[in-house]
Amino acid sequence: MTKKDLILILKQKAKELRKDILTMIYNAKSGHPGGSLSCIDMLVGLYYHKLRIDPKNPLWQNRDRFVLSKGHCSPAIYAVLADKGYFTKSELGGFRMIGRMLQGHPELNTPGIDFAGGALGQGTSFAVGIALACKLDKINCNVYAMIGDGETQEGAVWEASMSAAFHKLDNLIVILDKNQVQQTGKTKEIMDIGNVAMKWNAFGWNVIDINGHDMPQIVKALDKAPKLKNKKPTIIISNTIKGKGVSFMESNHKFHGKAPNDEEYKRGMEEIEKIDVKKFK
Amino acid sequence: MEIQKAATRDGYGKALLELGKINPNVVALDADLSDSTRSEYFAKQFPDRFFSMGIAEQNMIGAAAGLAFSGKIVYASTFAVFSERAYEFVRNIVSRNKLNVKIAGSHAGIATGEDGKSAQAIEDIAAYRALPNMAVLQPCDSIEAEKIVFSLGDYRGPSYMRMHRNPVPTIHNPDYKFEMGKGEVLKQGKDAVIFATGTLVHEALKSAEILENENIQVYVVNMPSIKPIDTNLIVNLARKTNCVITAEDHNVVGGLGSAVAEVLGENYPCIMKRIGLQDIYAESGKPDELYRRYGLDAESIAEEIMRFVSKKG
Repeated sequence: MTKKDLILILKQKAKELRKDILTMIYNAKSGHPGGSLSCIDMLVGLYYHKLRIDPKNPLWQNRDRFVLSKGHCSPAIYAVLADKGYFTKSELGGFRMIGRMLQGHPELNTPGIDFAGGALGQGTSFAVGIALACKLDKINCNVYAMIGDGETQEGAVWEASMSAAFHKLDNLIVILDKNQVQQTGKTKEIMDIGNVAMKWNAFGWNVIDINGHDMPQIVKALDKAPKLKNKKPTIIISNTIKGKGVSFMESNHKFHGKAPNDEEYKRGMEEIEKIDVKKFK
Repeated sequence: MEIQKAATRDGYGKALLELGKINPNVVALDADLSDSTRSEYFAKQFPDRFFSMGIAEQNMIGAAAGLAFSGKIVYASTFAVFSERAYEFVRNIVSRNKLNVKIAGSHAGIATGEDGKSAQAIEDIAAYRALPNMAVLQPCDSIEAEKIVFSLGDYRGPSYMRMHRNPVPTIHNPDYKFEMGKGEVLKQGKDAVIFATGTLVHEALKSAEILENENIQVYVVNMPSIKPIDTNLIVNLARKTNCVITAEDHNVVGGLGSAVAEVLGENYPCIMKRIGLQDIYAESGKPDELYRRYGLDAESIAEEIMRFVSKKG
Protein backbone atom coordinates (compact mmCIF):
# COMPACT_ATOMS: atom_id res chain seq x y z
CA MET A 1 0.00 0.00 0.00
CA THR A 2 1.29 3.43 -0.88
CA LYS A 3 1.46 6.16 1.71
CA LYS A 4 -1.22 8.02 -0.22
CA ASP A 5 -3.57 5.05 -0.09
CA LEU A 6 -2.93 4.60 3.61
CA ILE A 7 -3.76 8.22 4.34
CA LEU A 8 -6.96 7.98 2.36
CA ILE A 9 -8.05 4.81 4.15
CA LEU A 10 -7.36 6.38 7.54
CA LYS A 11 -9.29 9.51 6.63
CA GLN A 12 -12.26 7.43 5.47
CA LYS A 13 -12.14 5.46 8.70
CA ALA A 14 -12.16 8.62 10.80
CA LYS A 15 -15.15 9.91 8.89
CA GLU A 16 -17.01 6.64 9.41
CA LEU A 17 -16.23 6.56 13.15
CA ARG A 18 -17.34 10.18 13.59
CA LYS A 19 -20.82 8.95 12.70
CA ASP A 20 -20.60 6.14 15.28
CA ILE A 21 -19.55 8.67 17.93
CA LEU A 22 -22.45 10.97 17.22
CA THR A 23 -24.92 8.10 17.06
CA MET A 24 -23.77 6.58 20.37
CA ILE A 25 -24.14 9.87 22.18
CA TYR A 26 -27.45 10.59 20.51
CA ASN A 27 -28.80 7.17 21.53
CA ALA A 28 -27.54 7.50 25.08
CA LYS A 29 -28.88 11.06 25.27
CA SER A 30 -25.68 11.89 27.14
CA GLY A 31 -21.94 11.84 26.60
CA HIS A 32 -19.12 14.03 25.37
CA PRO A 33 -19.13 14.75 21.64
CA GLY A 34 -16.68 17.69 21.56
CA GLY A 35 -13.55 15.93 22.81
CA SER A 36 -14.45 12.66 21.09
CA LEU A 37 -14.56 14.39 17.73
CA SER A 38 -11.35 16.29 18.38
CA CYS A 39 -9.31 13.16 19.14
CA ILE A 40 -10.75 10.65 16.68
CA ASP A 41 -8.30 11.35 13.85
CA MET A 42 -5.37 10.66 16.16
CA LEU A 43 -7.06 7.51 17.52
CA VAL A 44 -7.48 6.27 13.97
CA GLY A 45 -3.82 6.99 13.27
CA LEU A 46 -2.90 5.00 16.37
CA TYR A 47 -5.21 2.02 16.01
CA TYR A 48 -5.16 1.59 12.22
CA HIS A 49 -1.55 2.48 11.59
CA LYS A 50 0.69 2.45 14.61
CA LEU A 51 -0.29 0.33 17.60
CA ARG A 52 1.01 -3.21 17.74
CA ILE A 53 -2.10 -4.91 19.06
CA ASP A 54 -4.18 -8.04 18.65
CA PRO A 55 -7.94 -7.57 19.09
CA LYS A 56 -8.27 -11.33 19.60
CA ASN A 57 -5.82 -11.15 22.49
CA PRO A 58 -6.49 -7.81 24.18
CA LEU A 59 -4.05 -8.45 27.03
CA TRP A 60 -1.24 -9.76 24.80
CA GLN A 61 1.87 -9.09 26.83
CA ASN A 62 3.92 -7.55 24.03
CA ARG A 63 1.18 -5.23 22.82
CA ASP A 64 1.52 -1.48 22.72
CA ARG A 65 -0.57 0.00 25.52
CA PHE A 66 -3.02 2.83 25.10
CA VAL A 67 -4.17 4.88 28.07
CA LEU A 68 -7.08 7.19 27.36
CA SER A 69 -6.63 9.59 30.24
CA LYS A 70 -9.40 11.85 28.97
CA GLY A 71 -11.90 9.10 29.68
CA HIS A 72 -14.93 11.22 28.87
CA CYS A 73 -13.99 10.69 25.22
CA SER A 74 -15.04 7.07 25.60
CA PRO A 75 -17.31 7.19 22.52
CA ALA A 76 -14.22 7.69 20.35
CA ILE A 77 -12.33 4.72 21.74
CA TYR A 78 -15.43 2.52 21.86
CA ALA A 79 -16.12 3.25 18.21
CA VAL A 80 -12.54 2.29 17.36
CA LEU A 81 -12.47 -0.86 19.51
CA ALA A 82 -15.78 -2.12 18.13
CA ASP A 83 -14.59 -1.54 14.60
CA LYS A 84 -11.33 -3.34 15.34
CA GLY A 85 -13.32 -6.32 16.59
CA TYR A 86 -12.58 -6.18 20.32
CA PHE A 87 -16.34 -6.52 20.81
CA THR A 88 -19.37 -6.47 18.57
CA LYS A 89 -20.60 -3.27 17.07
CA SER A 90 -24.02 -3.90 18.66
CA GLU A 91 -22.46 -3.02 22.02
CA LEU A 92 -22.24 0.59 20.88
CA GLY A 93 -26.04 0.76 21.13
CA GLY A 94 -25.80 0.07 24.86
CA PHE A 95 -23.42 2.92 25.58
CA ARG A 96 -24.16 4.42 29.03
CA MET A 97 -27.13 2.10 29.55
CA ILE A 98 -27.81 0.06 32.65
CA GLY A 99 -26.70 -3.54 32.52
CA ARG A 100 -24.59 -3.00 29.40
CA MET A 101 -20.83 -3.19 29.01
CA LEU A 102 -19.92 0.23 27.70
CA GLN A 103 -19.84 2.49 30.71
CA GLY A 104 -19.95 6.28 30.56
CA HIS A 105 -16.22 6.29 31.19
CA PRO A 106 -14.07 3.28 30.29
CA GLU A 107 -13.64 0.37 32.69
CA LEU A 108 -10.95 -2.29 32.56
CA ASN A 109 -13.40 -5.12 31.95
CA THR A 110 -14.09 -3.81 28.44
CA PRO A 111 -11.79 -5.67 26.02
CA GLY A 112 -9.11 -3.38 24.65
CA ILE A 113 -9.32 -0.85 27.47
CA ASP A 114 -5.99 -0.38 29.24
CA PHE A 115 -7.07 2.36 31.62
CA ALA A 116 -10.26 3.21 33.47
CA GLY A 117 -10.46 6.95 32.99
CA GLY A 118 -12.96 9.54 34.03
CA ALA A 119 -10.97 11.43 36.63
CA LEU A 120 -8.71 13.83 34.75
CA GLY A 121 -5.02 14.03 35.55
CA GLN A 122 -4.51 10.36 36.38
CA GLY A 123 -3.77 8.57 33.13
CA THR A 124 -0.24 9.84 32.65
CA SER A 125 0.73 8.49 36.08
CA PHE A 126 -0.82 5.15 35.21
CA ALA A 127 1.06 5.14 31.92
CA VAL A 128 4.29 5.90 33.80
CA GLY A 129 3.65 2.80 35.92
CA ILE A 130 3.04 0.64 32.86
CA ALA A 131 6.13 2.03 31.16
CA LEU A 132 8.23 1.27 34.25
CA ALA A 133 6.87 -2.29 34.33
CA CYS A 134 7.57 -2.81 30.62
CA LYS A 135 11.15 -1.63 31.06
CA LEU A 136 11.58 -3.88 34.07
CA ASP A 137 10.19 -6.88 32.18
CA LYS A 138 12.15 -5.92 29.05
CA ILE A 139 8.96 -5.88 27.00
CA ASN A 140 9.76 -4.12 23.78
CA CYS A 141 6.57 -2.10 23.42
CA ASN A 142 5.45 1.50 23.63
CA VAL A 143 2.98 3.02 26.04
CA TYR A 144 0.75 5.73 24.58
CA ALA A 145 -1.35 8.01 26.72
CA MET A 146 -3.81 10.59 25.47
CA ILE A 147 -4.54 13.59 27.67
CA GLY A 148 -6.61 16.72 27.18
CA ASP A 149 -5.31 20.26 27.34
CA GLY A 150 -7.74 21.32 30.06
CA GLU A 151 -6.58 18.21 31.88
CA THR A 152 -3.07 19.62 32.20
CA GLN A 153 -4.48 22.12 34.69
CA GLU A 154 -4.33 19.18 37.10
CA GLY A 155 -1.02 19.39 38.98
CA ALA A 156 -0.61 15.63 39.00
CA VAL A 157 -0.01 15.70 35.23
CA TRP A 158 3.19 17.59 35.95
CA GLU A 159 4.17 15.18 38.71
CA ALA A 160 3.83 12.43 36.13
CA SER A 161 5.66 14.44 33.50
CA MET A 162 8.59 15.07 35.84
CA SER A 163 8.78 11.42 36.88
CA ALA A 164 8.66 10.08 33.31
CA ALA A 165 11.69 12.17 32.39
CA PHE A 166 13.46 11.26 35.64
CA HIS A 167 12.95 7.55 35.00
CA LYS A 168 14.05 7.99 31.36
CA LEU A 169 10.87 6.46 29.96
CA ASP A 170 11.57 6.60 26.25
CA ASN A 171 8.89 3.95 25.81
CA LEU A 172 6.24 6.49 26.83
CA ILE A 173 4.49 8.71 24.29
CA VAL A 174 1.90 11.16 25.50
CA ILE A 175 -0.51 12.72 23.05
CA LEU A 176 -1.96 16.04 24.08
CA ASP A 177 -5.30 16.57 22.36
CA LYS A 178 -5.10 20.34 22.41
CA ASN A 179 -8.62 21.30 21.43
CA GLN A 180 -8.48 24.53 23.43
CA VAL A 181 -11.96 24.26 24.88
CA GLN A 182 -13.12 22.76 28.17
CA GLN A 183 -16.46 22.35 29.91
CA THR A 184 -17.21 25.96 30.72
CA GLY A 185 -15.34 27.81 28.00
CA LYS A 186 -12.05 28.41 26.23
CA THR A 187 -9.06 26.93 28.04
CA LYS A 188 -7.31 30.29 27.64
CA GLU A 189 -10.10 31.90 29.67
CA ILE A 190 -10.64 29.20 32.31
CA MET A 191 -6.96 28.65 33.15
CA ASP A 192 -4.48 29.40 30.44
CA ILE A 193 -2.04 26.52 30.14
CA GLY A 194 0.43 28.77 28.35
CA ASN A 195 3.18 27.53 26.10
CA VAL A 196 2.82 23.80 26.54
CA ALA A 197 5.60 22.93 24.11
CA MET A 198 8.07 24.91 26.19
CA LYS A 199 6.71 23.49 29.42
CA TRP A 200 7.04 19.84 28.38
CA ASN A 201 10.39 20.55 26.81
CA ALA A 202 11.55 22.11 30.07
CA PHE A 203 10.36 18.99 31.88
CA GLY A 204 12.75 16.95 29.74
CA TRP A 205 10.50 15.62 26.98
CA ASN A 206 10.85 15.42 23.22
CA VAL A 207 8.13 17.60 21.76
CA ILE A 208 6.42 17.09 18.42
CA ASP A 209 3.87 19.72 17.41
CA ILE A 210 1.29 18.88 14.74
CA ASN A 211 -2.16 19.57 13.35
CA GLY A 212 -4.12 16.73 14.91
CA HIS A 213 -6.66 16.54 12.10
CA ASP A 214 -4.12 16.37 9.29
CA MET A 215 -3.65 12.64 8.71
CA PRO A 216 -0.26 12.88 6.96
CA GLN A 217 1.05 14.86 9.94
CA ILE A 218 -0.46 12.36 12.38
CA VAL A 219 1.14 9.41 10.61
CA LYS A 220 4.47 11.17 10.40
CA ALA A 221 4.45 12.04 14.10
CA LEU A 222 3.39 8.53 15.12
CA ASP A 223 6.16 7.06 12.97
CA LYS A 224 8.75 9.39 14.43
CA ALA A 225 7.89 9.36 18.15
CA PRO A 226 8.67 5.72 19.03
CA LYS A 227 11.91 5.85 17.04
CA LEU A 228 13.44 8.68 19.04
CA LYS A 229 14.51 6.41 21.93
CA ASN A 230 16.87 9.00 23.34
CA LYS A 231 16.17 8.19 27.00
CA LYS A 232 13.47 10.84 26.98
CA PRO A 233 9.69 10.47 26.86
CA THR A 234 7.95 12.11 23.93
CA ILE A 235 4.85 14.27 23.73
CA ILE A 236 2.92 14.86 20.54
CA ILE A 237 1.05 18.12 20.85
CA SER A 238 -1.93 17.46 18.66
CA ASN A 239 -3.54 20.79 17.83
CA THR A 240 -7.19 20.08 17.25
CA ILE A 241 -10.63 21.63 17.16
CA LYS A 242 -13.20 20.55 19.69
CA GLY A 243 -16.22 19.06 17.93
CA LYS A 244 -14.31 18.83 14.62
CA GLY A 245 -16.48 17.81 11.69
CA VAL A 246 -19.80 19.14 12.98
CA SER A 247 -19.88 22.89 12.41
CA PHE A 248 -22.12 23.89 15.30
CA MET A 249 -20.13 21.78 17.74
CA GLU A 250 -16.76 23.12 16.66
CA SER A 251 -14.99 25.09 19.41
CA ASN A 252 -18.32 25.20 21.22
CA HIS A 253 -17.97 24.36 24.90
CA LYS A 254 -21.72 23.74 25.12
CA PHE A 255 -21.04 20.44 23.33
CA HIS A 256 -18.31 19.37 25.72
CA GLY A 257 -20.73 17.11 27.56
CA LYS A 258 -24.09 17.41 25.85
CA ALA A 259 -25.84 15.04 23.47
CA PRO A 260 -27.31 16.37 20.24
CA ASN A 261 -31.10 16.58 20.07
CA ASP A 262 -33.04 15.08 17.13
CA GLU A 263 -32.50 18.08 14.91
CA GLU A 264 -28.84 18.47 15.83
CA TYR A 265 -28.18 14.77 15.31
CA LYS A 266 -29.73 14.85 11.85
CA ARG A 267 -27.76 17.93 10.86
CA GLY A 268 -24.56 16.57 12.40
CA MET A 269 -24.81 13.29 10.53
CA GLU A 270 -25.46 15.13 7.28
CA GLU A 271 -22.42 17.30 7.82
CA ILE A 272 -20.19 14.34 8.56
CA GLU A 273 -21.55 12.57 5.49
CA LYS A 274 -20.58 15.58 3.42
CA ILE A 275 -16.98 15.66 4.64
CA ASP A 276 -14.63 15.58 1.68
CA VAL A 277 -11.85 13.45 3.16
CA LYS A 278 -9.36 14.63 0.56
CA LYS A 279 -9.64 18.19 1.81
CA PHE A 280 -10.24 17.39 5.48
CA LYS A 281 -7.63 18.58 7.95
CA MET B 1 12.97 -11.92 80.16
CA GLU B 2 13.58 -8.53 78.67
CA ILE B 3 10.78 -7.35 76.40
CA GLN B 4 11.89 -6.79 72.82
CA LYS B 5 10.74 -3.57 71.22
CA ALA B 6 10.47 -2.58 67.59
CA ALA B 7 8.27 -0.32 65.49
CA THR B 8 5.70 -1.71 63.08
CA ARG B 9 7.45 0.18 60.27
CA ASP B 10 10.60 -1.83 61.06
CA GLY B 11 8.61 -4.99 60.47
CA TYR B 12 7.36 -3.57 57.19
CA GLY B 13 10.85 -2.82 55.93
CA LYS B 14 12.24 -6.17 57.03
CA ALA B 15 9.46 -8.22 55.49
CA LEU B 16 9.42 -6.22 52.26
CA LEU B 17 13.12 -6.96 51.83
CA GLU B 18 12.57 -10.67 52.52
CA LEU B 19 9.62 -10.80 50.15
CA GLY B 20 11.75 -9.10 47.51
CA LYS B 21 14.31 -11.88 47.83
CA ILE B 22 11.69 -14.59 47.35
CA ASN B 23 9.58 -12.96 44.68
CA PRO B 24 11.14 -11.03 41.78
CA ASN B 25 7.71 -9.69 40.90
CA VAL B 26 7.60 -7.51 44.01
CA VAL B 27 8.26 -3.80 43.42
CA ALA B 28 8.19 -0.84 45.78
CA LEU B 29 7.70 2.90 45.51
CA ASP B 30 8.16 5.69 47.99
CA ALA B 31 7.62 9.43 48.08
CA ASP B 32 10.91 10.59 49.60
CA LEU B 33 10.27 8.96 52.96
CA SER B 34 11.94 5.59 52.38
CA ASP B 35 14.19 6.04 55.40
CA SER B 36 11.18 6.69 57.63
CA THR B 37 8.96 3.98 56.15
CA ARG B 38 11.89 1.52 56.01
CA SER B 39 11.24 0.77 52.35
CA GLU B 40 14.91 1.76 51.99
CA TYR B 41 15.93 -1.77 53.06
CA PHE B 42 14.29 -3.01 49.87
CA ALA B 43 15.53 -0.03 47.84
CA LYS B 44 19.18 -0.70 48.73
CA GLN B 45 19.00 -4.38 47.88
CA PHE B 46 16.82 -4.05 44.78
CA PRO B 47 17.45 -0.64 43.20
CA ASP B 48 15.96 -1.81 39.88
CA ARG B 49 12.68 -2.72 41.52
CA PHE B 50 12.42 0.36 43.71
CA PHE B 51 11.04 3.56 42.23
CA SER B 52 11.75 6.88 43.83
CA MET B 53 8.73 9.04 43.05
CA GLY B 54 9.72 12.25 44.81
CA ILE B 55 7.35 14.23 46.98
CA ALA B 56 4.42 13.49 44.70
CA GLU B 57 1.98 11.05 46.24
CA GLN B 58 -0.69 11.25 43.56
CA ASN B 59 1.74 10.26 40.85
CA MET B 60 3.17 7.55 43.08
CA ILE B 61 -0.24 5.93 43.46
CA GLY B 62 -1.03 6.33 39.77
CA ALA B 63 2.28 4.72 38.80
CA ALA B 64 1.80 2.02 41.43
CA ALA B 65 -1.53 1.21 39.80
CA GLY B 66 0.06 1.04 36.36
CA LEU B 67 2.68 -1.37 37.69
CA ALA B 68 -0.03 -3.49 39.31
CA PHE B 69 -2.02 -3.49 36.07
CA SER B 70 1.14 -4.87 34.46
CA GLY B 71 1.23 -7.79 36.89
CA LYS B 72 3.59 -6.47 39.53
CA ILE B 73 3.05 -6.95 43.25
CA VAL B 74 3.27 -3.35 44.35
CA TYR B 75 4.04 -1.85 47.74
CA ALA B 76 3.76 1.94 47.90
CA SER B 77 4.73 3.65 51.12
CA THR B 78 4.73 7.12 52.60
CA PHE B 79 3.39 8.72 55.75
CA ALA B 80 -0.21 7.72 56.44
CA VAL B 81 -1.31 11.33 56.33
CA PHE B 82 0.36 12.05 52.99
CA SER B 83 -1.07 8.94 51.39
CA GLU B 84 -4.36 10.75 51.80
CA ARG B 85 -3.11 13.37 49.32
CA ALA B 86 -3.62 10.69 46.69
CA TYR B 87 -7.03 9.64 47.97
CA GLU B 88 -8.93 10.23 44.77
CA PHE B 89 -6.20 8.41 42.80
CA VAL B 90 -6.64 5.49 45.17
CA ARG B 91 -10.39 5.71 44.75
CA ASN B 92 -10.55 6.05 40.99
CA ILE B 93 -7.65 3.88 39.92
CA VAL B 94 -6.72 1.45 42.67
CA SER B 95 -9.91 0.46 44.47
CA ARG B 96 -12.28 1.00 41.55
CA ASN B 97 -10.21 -1.42 39.46
CA LYS B 98 -9.32 -3.80 42.32
CA LEU B 99 -5.66 -3.36 41.47
CA ASN B 100 -3.02 -5.15 43.47
CA VAL B 101 -1.52 -2.14 45.22
CA LYS B 102 -0.52 -2.34 48.85
CA ILE B 103 -0.48 1.14 50.32
CA ALA B 104 1.59 1.39 53.49
CA GLY B 105 1.07 4.49 55.61
CA SER B 106 3.57 5.04 58.37
CA HIS B 107 3.65 7.48 61.28
CA ALA B 108 -0.07 7.05 61.86
CA GLY B 109 -1.87 8.43 64.88
CA ILE B 110 -1.00 11.02 67.50
CA ALA B 111 1.85 8.75 68.67
CA THR B 112 3.77 10.37 65.84
CA GLY B 113 4.24 13.03 68.49
CA GLU B 114 6.39 16.11 68.19
CA ASP B 115 5.68 16.82 64.51
CA GLY B 116 2.19 17.80 65.54
CA LYS B 117 -1.18 17.86 63.81
CA SER B 118 0.09 17.90 60.22
CA ALA B 119 1.75 14.50 60.51
CA GLN B 120 -0.70 12.78 62.86
CA ALA B 121 -3.09 10.84 60.63
CA ILE B 122 -6.25 10.23 62.65
CA GLU B 123 -8.69 9.78 59.80
CA ASP B 124 -6.90 7.38 57.45
CA ILE B 125 -8.72 4.25 58.59
CA ALA B 126 -12.05 5.98 58.06
CA ALA B 127 -11.03 7.21 54.65
CA TYR B 128 -9.73 3.88 53.33
CA ARG B 129 -12.47 1.85 54.98
CA ALA B 130 -15.04 3.71 52.90
CA LEU B 131 -13.52 2.47 49.64
CA PRO B 132 -15.09 -0.67 48.15
CA ASN B 133 -12.59 -3.53 47.60
CA MET B 134 -10.08 -1.99 50.02
CA ALA B 135 -8.71 -4.07 52.90
CA VAL B 136 -7.62 -2.02 55.94
CA LEU B 137 -5.04 -3.56 58.23
CA GLN B 138 -3.11 -2.36 61.25
CA PRO B 139 -0.40 -4.37 62.99
CA CYS B 140 0.26 -3.93 66.70
CA ASP B 141 3.89 -5.00 66.67
CA SER B 142 6.72 -5.56 64.24
CA ILE B 143 6.14 -9.31 63.94
CA GLU B 144 2.53 -8.73 63.02
CA ALA B 145 3.64 -6.11 60.51
CA GLU B 146 5.94 -8.66 58.90
CA LYS B 147 3.18 -11.23 58.76
CA ILE B 148 0.80 -8.73 57.16
CA VAL B 149 3.38 -7.81 54.50
CA PHE B 150 3.87 -11.49 53.65
CA SER B 151 0.14 -12.16 53.70
CA LEU B 152 -0.46 -9.26 51.33
CA GLY B 153 2.15 -10.70 49.00
CA ASP B 154 -0.29 -13.56 48.31
CA TYR B 155 -3.38 -11.37 48.39
CA ARG B 156 -4.70 -10.00 45.11
CA GLY B 157 -6.40 -6.67 45.62
CA PRO B 158 -6.03 -3.20 47.07
CA SER B 159 -5.06 -2.75 50.68
CA TYR B 160 -4.05 -0.13 53.17
CA MET B 161 -1.64 -1.05 55.94
CA ARG B 162 -1.32 1.41 58.80
CA MET B 163 2.05 1.61 60.55
CA HIS B 164 3.64 3.57 63.35
CA ARG B 165 6.80 5.48 64.15
CA ASN B 166 7.66 4.36 67.66
CA PRO B 167 8.97 1.06 69.01
CA VAL B 168 6.36 -0.98 70.85
CA PRO B 169 6.71 -4.26 72.75
CA THR B 170 6.87 -7.28 70.47
CA ILE B 171 4.05 -9.44 71.78
CA HIS B 172 3.89 -11.96 68.97
CA ASN B 173 6.14 -14.97 68.40
CA PRO B 174 7.79 -15.45 65.03
CA ASP B 175 5.43 -18.39 64.40
CA TYR B 176 2.34 -16.14 64.77
CA LYS B 177 -0.12 -16.53 61.91
CA PHE B 178 -1.96 -13.46 60.69
CA GLU B 179 -5.27 -14.05 58.99
CA MET B 180 -7.18 -11.33 57.20
CA GLY B 181 -10.63 -10.86 58.71
CA LYS B 182 -9.71 -12.35 62.06
CA GLY B 183 -9.27 -10.82 65.48
CA GLU B 184 -6.98 -12.28 68.10
CA VAL B 185 -7.96 -12.75 71.74
CA LEU B 186 -4.86 -11.81 73.71
CA LYS B 187 -6.39 -12.06 77.15
CA GLN B 188 -9.48 -13.82 78.42
CA GLY B 189 -12.01 -11.99 80.61
CA LYS B 190 -15.65 -11.88 81.61
CA ASP B 191 -16.83 -8.37 82.61
CA ALA B 192 -15.97 -6.46 79.48
CA VAL B 193 -14.17 -6.70 76.17
CA ILE B 194 -11.72 -4.23 74.66
CA PHE B 195 -11.28 -4.42 70.92
CA ALA B 196 -8.03 -2.58 70.27
CA THR B 197 -5.92 -1.98 67.21
CA GLY B 198 -2.36 -0.85 66.53
CA THR B 199 -0.44 0.84 69.29
CA LEU B 200 -3.47 0.86 71.58
CA VAL B 201 -3.30 -2.92 71.88
CA HIS B 202 -0.43 -2.40 74.31
CA GLU B 203 -2.29 0.24 76.29
CA ALA B 204 -5.32 -2.05 76.40
CA LEU B 205 -3.21 -4.92 77.75
CA LYS B 206 -1.77 -2.66 80.45
CA SER B 207 -5.21 -1.34 81.31
CA ALA B 208 -6.42 -4.92 81.74
CA GLU B 209 -3.70 -5.44 84.36
CA ILE B 210 -4.78 -2.31 86.20
CA LEU B 211 -8.39 -3.51 86.08
CA GLU B 212 -7.40 -6.92 87.49
CA ASN B 213 -6.54 -5.11 90.71
CA GLU B 214 -10.05 -3.69 90.73
CA ASN B 215 -11.48 -7.15 90.19
CA ILE B 216 -12.59 -6.39 86.70
CA GLN B 217 -11.75 -9.08 84.17
CA VAL B 218 -11.59 -7.82 80.61
CA TYR B 219 -11.01 -9.59 77.35
CA VAL B 220 -8.33 -7.88 75.30
CA VAL B 221 -8.71 -8.47 71.59
CA ASN B 222 -6.20 -7.40 68.95
CA MET B 223 -7.95 -6.28 65.76
CA PRO B 224 -5.32 -6.11 62.99
CA SER B 225 -7.97 -6.56 60.31
CA ILE B 226 -10.34 -3.62 60.43
CA LYS B 227 -11.74 -4.42 57.02
CA PRO B 228 -12.73 -7.17 56.60
CA ILE B 229 -13.68 -7.36 60.26
CA ASP B 230 -14.22 -10.36 62.49
CA THR B 231 -17.99 -10.11 62.91
CA ASN B 232 -18.35 -13.45 64.70
CA LEU B 233 -15.75 -12.65 67.32
CA ILE B 234 -17.22 -9.22 68.00
CA VAL B 235 -20.75 -10.57 68.40
CA ASN B 236 -19.66 -13.54 70.53
CA LEU B 237 -17.70 -11.45 72.98
CA ALA B 238 -20.42 -8.79 73.09
CA ARG B 239 -22.89 -11.54 74.02
CA LYS B 240 -20.59 -12.82 76.73
CA THR B 241 -19.85 -9.46 78.33
CA ASN B 242 -22.55 -7.00 77.28
CA CYS B 243 -19.84 -4.44 77.76
CA VAL B 244 -17.87 -3.48 74.66
CA ILE B 245 -15.05 -0.96 74.46
CA THR B 246 -12.97 -0.07 71.42
CA ALA B 247 -9.55 1.56 71.59
CA GLU B 248 -7.54 3.12 68.78
CA ASP B 249 -5.13 5.96 68.05
CA HIS B 250 -7.54 7.38 65.47
CA ASN B 251 -10.64 9.49 65.38
CA VAL B 252 -13.61 7.67 66.92
CA VAL B 253 -15.48 8.70 63.78
CA GLY B 254 -15.01 6.08 61.09
CA GLY B 255 -12.29 3.97 62.68
CA LEU B 256 -12.34 0.66 64.53
CA GLY B 257 -14.94 2.04 66.94
CA SER B 258 -17.29 2.74 64.09
CA ALA B 259 -16.58 -0.61 62.45
CA VAL B 260 -17.41 -2.46 65.68
CA ALA B 261 -20.48 -0.30 66.22
CA GLU B 262 -21.70 -1.19 62.72
CA VAL B 263 -21.33 -4.90 63.47
CA LEU B 264 -23.10 -4.62 66.81
CA GLY B 265 -25.84 -2.37 65.53
CA GLU B 266 -26.82 -4.95 62.92
CA ASN B 267 -26.20 -8.11 64.94
CA TYR B 268 -26.31 -7.53 68.65
CA PRO B 269 -27.27 -3.99 69.62
CA CYS B 270 -25.69 -3.00 72.90
CA ILE B 271 -24.21 0.06 74.55
CA MET B 272 -20.55 0.50 73.79
CA LYS B 273 -17.70 2.92 74.47
CA ARG B 274 -15.30 4.19 71.82
CA ILE B 275 -11.87 5.26 73.04
CA GLY B 276 -9.88 7.31 70.58
CA LEU B 277 -9.56 10.91 69.43
CA GLN B 278 -12.94 12.47 70.17
CA ASP B 279 -13.29 14.11 66.77
CA ILE B 280 -10.45 16.54 67.45
CA TYR B 281 -6.87 17.05 66.26
CA ALA B 282 -4.14 16.72 68.86
CA GLU B 283 -0.92 18.77 69.14
CA SER B 284 2.87 18.46 69.42
CA GLY B 285 4.33 16.60 72.36
CA LYS B 286 5.94 13.39 73.45
CA PRO B 287 3.84 10.37 72.49
CA ASP B 288 3.24 9.25 76.09
CA GLU B 289 2.28 12.79 77.13
CA LEU B 290 -0.15 12.96 74.23
CA TYR B 291 -1.66 9.58 75.06
CA ARG B 292 -2.20 10.78 78.65
CA ARG B 293 -3.73 14.10 77.61
CA TYR B 294 -6.01 12.61 74.98
CA GLY B 295 -7.12 9.65 77.07
CA LEU B 296 -5.34 6.93 75.13
CA ASP B 297 -2.96 5.66 77.82
CA ALA B 298 -3.55 2.54 79.91
CA GLU B 299 -4.60 4.49 83.02
CA SER B 300 -7.15 6.59 81.14
CA ILE B 301 -8.52 3.50 79.42
CA ALA B 302 -8.79 1.66 82.75
CA GLU B 303 -10.62 4.61 84.34
CA GLU B 304 -12.97 4.82 81.41
CA ILE B 305 -13.71 1.13 81.62
CA MET B 306 -14.30 1.28 85.39
CA ARG B 307 -16.87 4.04 84.89
CA PHE B 308 -18.45 2.11 82.04
CA VAL B 309 -18.61 -1.21 83.91
CA SER B 310 -20.05 0.39 87.04
CA LYS B 311 -22.77 2.05 84.94
CA LYS B 312 -23.60 -1.31 83.44
CA GLY B 313 -24.25 -2.44 87.06
